[in-house]
Amino acid sequence: MSRFKQKEKRTVPQPPSGSLSDIVFMLLFFFMVTTTMRETESKVQLRLPEASEIVKLERKDLTSYINIGTPTRNLQAQYGTDSRIQLNDSFKTVTEIRDFIAAERDAMSEADRSFMTVAIKADENTRMGIVTDVKQELRKCSALKIMYTARKTAE
Amino acid sequence: MGKKTPEINSSSTADMAFLLLCFFMMTTTMDQDKGLQRRLPPMPDPNQKAQDQKVNRRNIIVVKINSADRLLAGTEPMHVSQLKDKIKEFLSNPADDPNLPEKEEKEIEGFGPCMVSKGVISLQNDRGTSYQAYIAVQNELVKAVNELRDEFAIANFGKLYIKCNEDEQKVVREAVPQNISEAEPKDVSKK
Repeated sequence: MSRFKQKEKRTVPQPPSGSLSDIVFMLLFFFMVTTTMRETESKVQLRLPEASEIVKLERKDLTSYINIGTPTRNLQAQYGTDSRIQLNDSFKTVTEIRDFIAAERDAMSEADRSFMTVAIKADENTRMGIVTDVKQELRKCSALKIMYTARKTAE
Repeated sequence: MGKKTPEINSSSTADMAFLLLCFFMMTTTMDQDKGLQRRLPPMPDPNQKAQDQKVNRRNIIVVKINSADRLLAGTEPMHVSQLKDKIKEFLSNPADDPNLPEKEEKEIEGFGPCMVSKGVISLQNDRGTSYQAYIAVQNELVKAVNELRDEFAIANFGKLYIKCNEDEQKVVREAVPQNISEAEPKDVSKK
């Protein structure tokens, strides 16, 4: 009998797990504060060009995104390898930018409309022709504040 | 004294928090969007006759990028790395060269009179230019202006532009304007 008693004594006590949830909650809050919701899934291959004089994009809620690049590999069979424009979740043509901008503008409040920014996310191997077309179209619908998204140059 | 309320079993809160945590990690992104901010020129009024903005020849420098990503600034071809110094020289015109842009005395609110360059950089690209080269050139242009702003801020406020307060930054911005015009698309190389 004495052998059983000895064995019971040797077991390590459970570590207190009461504060575990607090730790996890802290992590949770960290992620909630530092991240932003992913709005659309990129359907184009995006490798942003490098730049050193970049500034942060303010007011993300007032920003519309235009992705330009070649479709991702699994979509290439359907859409080809030519550079395409992606608005929201689908490929669009240049002329449809107008409707897109109008829709984005309608979704904003009156006071915010003048601060609307269009972020152009283009792959670094894109030709300027398609970017120029987009820019001209944006000028036509007077969405003049634009941003060429880029990544910071690796030092 | 009534009965002691039994403690709520809290061992599963950690699991719930983990679940939430996983959800947020999947649906959110950490990357912040950064880039070069620009303002496009408004579309010219179709009813209005195209009137050329009378800009003195010396006040404008044309930077062209052709479809092979070669660069031409003013009249000479150059590499991207040389562009910044060229632009800085163009905008600051330290020796009052008659071929470089003239300066105009301007009254800046909260600072006083100041010589402001009238130089305009006109950026033209071909449809075949790669986006990478275009951004590289844009970046150099911005860098040139930023360095001039830093120099101005150090000379007048004794600190870098980003360290200045809001009003000082406004003064610096007015003293060293960023006049980059993205012209109508043009075929730079007509062959």
